[in-house]
Amino acid sequence: MVVNVQSIPSPAIHTEERAHEADHPSSLLATFGVDQPLRLDCGIDLAPFQIAYQTYGELNADCSNAILICHALTLDQHVANVHPVTGKPGWWETLVGPGRPLDIDRYFIICANVIGGCMGSTGPASTNPATGKLWGLDFPMITIPDMVRAQAMLLDRLGIDTLFCVVGGSMGGMQVLQWTAAYPKRVFSALAVACSTRHTAQNIAFHELGRQAVMADPDWRGGRYFEEGTHPHRGLGVARMAAHITYLSDAALHRKFGRRMQDRELPTFSFDADFQVESYLRYQGSSFVERFDANSYLYLTRAMDYFDIAADHKGVLAEAFRDIKTRFCVVSFTSDWLFPTSEARAIVHALNASSARVSFAEIETDRGHDAFLLDVPEFFEISRAFLHSAGVARGLKTGG
Amino acid sequence: MAKMIEHGSKVLDVGCGEGDLLLLLESRGIDGRGIELSREGVNRCVSKGLAVVQGDADTDLVNYPDDAFDYVILSQTLQATRQPRVVLENLLRIGRRAIVSFPNFGFWKMRLQLLVGGHMPRTENLPATWYDTPNIHFCTIKDFVQLCGEINVKMERAVALDLYGRPLRLNAPWWFWNMFGEQGVFLLSRAGKTR
Repeated sequence: MVVNVQSIPSPAIHTEERAHEADHPSSLLATFGVDQPLRLDCGIDLAPFQIAYQTYGELNADCSNAILICHALTLDQHVANVHPVTGKPGWWETLVGPGRPLDIDRYFIICANVIGGCMGSTGPASTNPATGKLWGLDFPMITIPDMVRAQAMLLDRLGIDTLFCVVGGSMGGMQVLQWTAAYPKRVFSALAVACSTRHTAQNIAFHELGRQAVMADPDWRGGRYFEEGTHPHRGLGVARMAAHITYLSDAALHRKFGRRMQDRELPTFSFDADFQVESYLRYQGSSFVERFDANSYLYLTRAMDYFDIAADHKGVLAEAFRDIKTRFCVVSFTSDWLFPTSEARAIVHALNASSARVSFAEIETDRGHDAFLLDVPEFFEISRAFLHSAGVARGLKTGG
Repeated sequence: MAKMIEHGSKVLDVGCGEGDLLLLLESRGIDGRGIELSREGVNRCVSKGLAVVQGDADTDLVNYPDDAFDYVILSQTLQATRQPRVVLENLLRIGRRAIVSFPNFGFWKMRLQLLVGGHMPRTENLPATWYDTPNIHFCTIKDFVQLCGEINVKMERAVALDLYGRPLRLNAPWWFWNMFGEQGVFLLSRAGKTR
């Protein structure tokens, strides 16, 4: 029997563009010199560093209409514009745009690439000014609080004292919660979607699976792949395939693919992608490695694993939100088994215990964790209404 | 019901439906929050900008801290809870006062349908059939008063309402309310605490 193993093809295109974006992003850029270090939780001061960000809309006269979007693990600051590497539309164009729930005719929207990312903010794919080489694994370990601290420094630079709202899903939702815990007076309202206040053992397990896949790829070269002219595309591709399954649901996979074959009626009795779902996953893997840096994936998954808001409050989550005046909206999706509704309920209970003002809605969908990125009308309605009522409470003038 | 609540109070509406009462309270300067069981109800409330969370009166009230609210409202929901006594106890732990309204099973029309018709009553206020109703714990005004006595709850005000929610304005003994009030509305507080 001939074993015809179709591995994930090496990304011939885009590697150069991606590497270029890490240092010279197609975005606005805020640079911070040695006199303005980012104080990291691990004890190291990162200086100099830079933050790449995008903005949409106009800041109003009293700086009261700024919304910060926090992006998820493998996303970036290109929320509502064409992605400079892939050419695809912005990842939240369904939610952000003229007349959308995050209406760029009413609000000033900012999204920054997280520290540790690979689309222009300082991270393992950036050049280390001290050595002239890429940081690689010399980059210090970063945490979600570090990401938020950097975002706060960016807002200081932009002259924005208080955010009208901070919005995010998944890892972005974790940042939203961290914002309210760390800077409660700087956040008027918060929309936390499909997230939790800490990773469960299962969440950590899945991330570890992905990291091990990357590190087991012989082309990873201990993180020095760029210098050695290789790229751990197989390992990273497999990591992405595993992660992508966690972003979907059993029902949705069955609905989209079932046991249907790809372009054939009989099995080939080989390890080719006979099933449509196999072909789909291989495509997800290969398209991912074109746009994302392997080391960055290691660092950011680690940051999510370390995140635990209640840890600083002796395990009592309600203490993190004591006396908070921020208006909250927490959203979860029924088929999301990565961050299930029970996690959202824990957040809601903690907020109730602190007498914070919270709305909580669980949205019925079979599209799993990824639902927050997709066209889910109920989610848009709720986001729009929440922002509208927060706007009324803040006295925002209706524009547009 | 809204008239019983002072301006500036903090209120929790348990079983808030589509948020009509909360909107009314908000228009009167009252900080209202809500819990609602049905997902559609919650989403409609949140779409109206209300601070409403999805939850079950039987299981989720325990997550609220003591004295979190000035008033906790349970409107036309008591008879649909699985453990009415526990729910009432929780209401008066979470709120300094509770306002509870419920359909009075002792209403003369209900009695007549059972006595003469021999079937489970159906009225304009309670139109559901016996096999299709969420109402599993009916009581009369007399039953409710008795329960309040058992759990050491003080009745500050009691009003019997007709079908259209208008109070029966008569000075009359309890048996009268039990017979002619279609709904009961009670303002409750914890007994034995001096203010």
